[in-house]
Amino acid sequence: MRSFRVLSKEEGSVCLSVSWLEVPERRKEGSTVERRIVPLVLSSFHLLTARQPQAGHFQGKMAKSGAKECWGYAAYDRSGLMKPFRFMRRPCRPEDICFQIKFCGICHTDLHQIKDDWKEIPASYPMVPGHEVVGIVCEVGGAVRNFKPGDRIGVGCISNSCGQCDHCRKSMEQYCERKMIWTYNDKDIYIDGSPTYGGYSTLMVIPERYALRIPEGLPLDAAAPLLCAGITVYSPMKHYDMERGGKSFGVIGLGGLGFMAAKFARALGMRITVVSTSPGKEQEARTSLHADNFVVSTDPRQMKAAEKTLDFIIDTVAAEHSMDQYLPLLKTNGKIILVGIPAKPLECSALSLHSARRCVGGSLIGGIRETQEMLDFCARHHIFCKIERIPISYVNEAMVRLAKSDVKYRFVIDVAASTPPEFRPIQ
Amino acid sequence: MSSALGHEKKCRGYAAREASGHLSPFEFTRSAPGSKDVGFRVCFCGICHTDLHQIRSEWGSSVYPMVPGHEIVGIVDEVGSEVSRFRPGDRVGVGCIVNSCRECNACKRKSEQYCHRGATFTYNSTDREGTITYGGYSDYMVVSEDYAFKIPENLPLDGAAPLLVAGVTVYSPIKYYQMESGGRNFGVVGLGGVGHMAVKFAKAMGMHVTVISTSPSKEEEAKKSLGADQFLVSRDEAQMKEAKGTLDFIIDTVSAPHPADLYLDLLSANGKLILVGVPPEPMQFKPRALVSERKTIGGSMVGGMEETQEMLDFCVKHNIVCEIEKINMDYVNTAMERLAKGDVHYRFVIDCENSFRAS
Repeated sequence: MRSFRVLSKEEGSVCLSVSWLEVPERRKEGSTVERRIVPLVLSSFHLLTARQPQAGHFQGKMAKSGAKECWGYAAYDRSGLMKPFRFMRRPCRPEDICFQIKFCGICHTDLHQIKDDWKEIPASYPMVPGHEVVGIVCEVGGAVRNFKPGDRIGVGCISNSCGQCDHCRKSMEQYCERKMIWTYNDKDIYIDGSPTYGGYSTLMVIPERYALRIPEGLPLDAAAPLLCAGITVYSPMKHYDMERGGKSFGVIGLGGLGFMAAKFARALGMRITVVSTSPGKEQEARTSLHADNFVVSTDPRQMKAAEKTLDFIIDTVAAEHSMDQYLPLLKTNGKIILVGIPAKPLECSALSLHSARRCVGGSLIGGIRETQEMLDFCARHHIFCKIERIPISYVNEAMVRLAKSDVKYRFVIDVAASTPPEFRPIQ
Repeated sequence: MSSALGHEKKCRGYAAREASGHLSPFEFTRSAPGSKDVGFRVCFCGICHTDLHQIRSEWGSSVYPMVPGHEIVGIVDEVGSEVSRFRPGDRVGVGCIVNSCRECNACKRKSEQYCHRGATFTYNSTDREGTITYGGYSDYMVVSEDYAFKIPENLPLDGAAPLLVAGVTVYSPIKYYQMESGGRNFGVVGLGGVGHMAVKFAKAMGMHVTVISTSPSKEEEAKKSLGADQFLVSRDEAQMKEAKGTLDFIIDTVSAPHPADLYLDLLSANGKLILVGVPPEPMQFKPRALVSERKTIGGSMVGGMEETQEMLDFCVKHNIVCEIEKINMDYVNTAMERLAKGDVHYRFVIDCENSFRAS
């Protein structure tokens, strides 16, 4: 049995006095019994707000401060080549949850970021990527209400935000007016400004507000990509009311996002058209995704035949392309929503918008509440991503294949199986 | 008056004969009003920027001779036997559209401007009989009752004419995109005929209005006579930067080529930029601007029949008319030159009745 080593005095003397209470033994899950020692008084703030922290299963090394040593893979420079990397995770604050990472999806964003492709979000190295993270809770802070050790947990792109602006209050943290903190390659200005490290690693600490519950009905590994690929297409479908009244839905690009979009559209009862440059994808689109129509975008005849047939399009393509090519596919009042971010400006002629009151919109992932709603929806409709599970040592090769779109439809790193023994959780 | 039915109408107007766009007197005939048609004497016709584009064949689809004009108001002269909404002597108006298929989803939903088979426009368009339509730079007009508006008594006829295009062009997207709910921050790019109507509507609906213009000289008038709350000079980087993220909606009335990013930056998250001008070149925008804050670029084209009538009634209720400069028909070529330079506050309106009576 292991319990936390708790310091009698914290750095910076935030705690005025610390005393100890031994809580009664509690029997949980069979014969496992835990004896927990918790601070009785940490500070007046803790006294008012905190419940008793629950000790957990963490086995790695802990620094005196309570920070935990973590192992992962990091990119060290713009080559994007990833190698093993040891670093510290912050100690659990009262509102934090610490969890052992089991799986982490590989998002196309990871590839852009490790190679420093985006001017707007420059890379800072070493970079531990990964924002499709799932695992099992091992420790919770005293103020945590809805998670306990052993729970299935997920973290997506958002690891913090101001929590106070209009958008945060509406749980649209992705549009936080002050700044949303990305799960990796960012600095958490709301805590201590230290760099954020993602899910290609063994352990993660996250404020409860940004933690998601993975429903029991979902396989953990295939649920991971829902946290970014899934919510990225689910959010605009809901925001733009696409699911109302049997609408015709189109998706451009059949990668990880496109696959998820087709799955959701099917569950929401929409008529699905897949628009792709690859005729080779037609069979899979029609058979496993139940697409009603498949249009090869490089075939002008097919594109012409599909004109004015769609109410909504989600455009997942991150490569440069012209909007005017796709706008004619929309009916009057139709909407095309960008979820990919091409590096170069897009073009569209005013006339193709005017002539049928079409519009071009964008959407960025989704808020926390909405992401939870999506996970629950997935559990109800048995939706999850089709994945290829890989060990973490395969990650560089996976990136090369991802760049060539050689994956169906998402790589998911089996972090738990790849973890060195000293970082593995106690069973 | 019913005896006149069945006879073609001899009309006098002004027409452009070729792409120079020069307008000169032109005599032509209109079909006799049918049983569902209204024939009316044209009193006033506004000069829309579209007229300038079309007489100069700038959109590549001009047919000559062309009688422009789609902001037309007049007094009903005769009505067909099945006409129910109009009587001789009534005030009547015609906008951009004189016919549509009436059967498609768009027509059924009263969005005739988006008719799937293509609406018949008031001029330079082919009507159901295959003849070219002639617009309001003329003394007489015949139109189906279904595409005619009642001009409320309290609106001055001359100031009402431009409402039929300039007015509804901004009223329609304001309604469709639900801009008027809850004291929103509204921006309008360009302070011409369409832009100044946007300011008037937005103020009447209780919005906080920002005018964005390239001309610092328009600030005083925008604020004092039109009641705009804020004025931004789009070339002033400091001003534009300060206003970043402050607007919920922008209506962009500019037809000259310009980048969308400049205005997208002014929008707050979930903001919408609606284009009503028709720049000849494609608009460029950075996709990140849309994705990272869920912003939208949309378009809107005039308005449907019901919506236009609703707009006219709204104008009466809120004392809204267009600011105009009334001219004689023979001034029209000079007016076009001035319009091309943006030298008009804010709409030229041709006094058709007096012009043609005098000649």
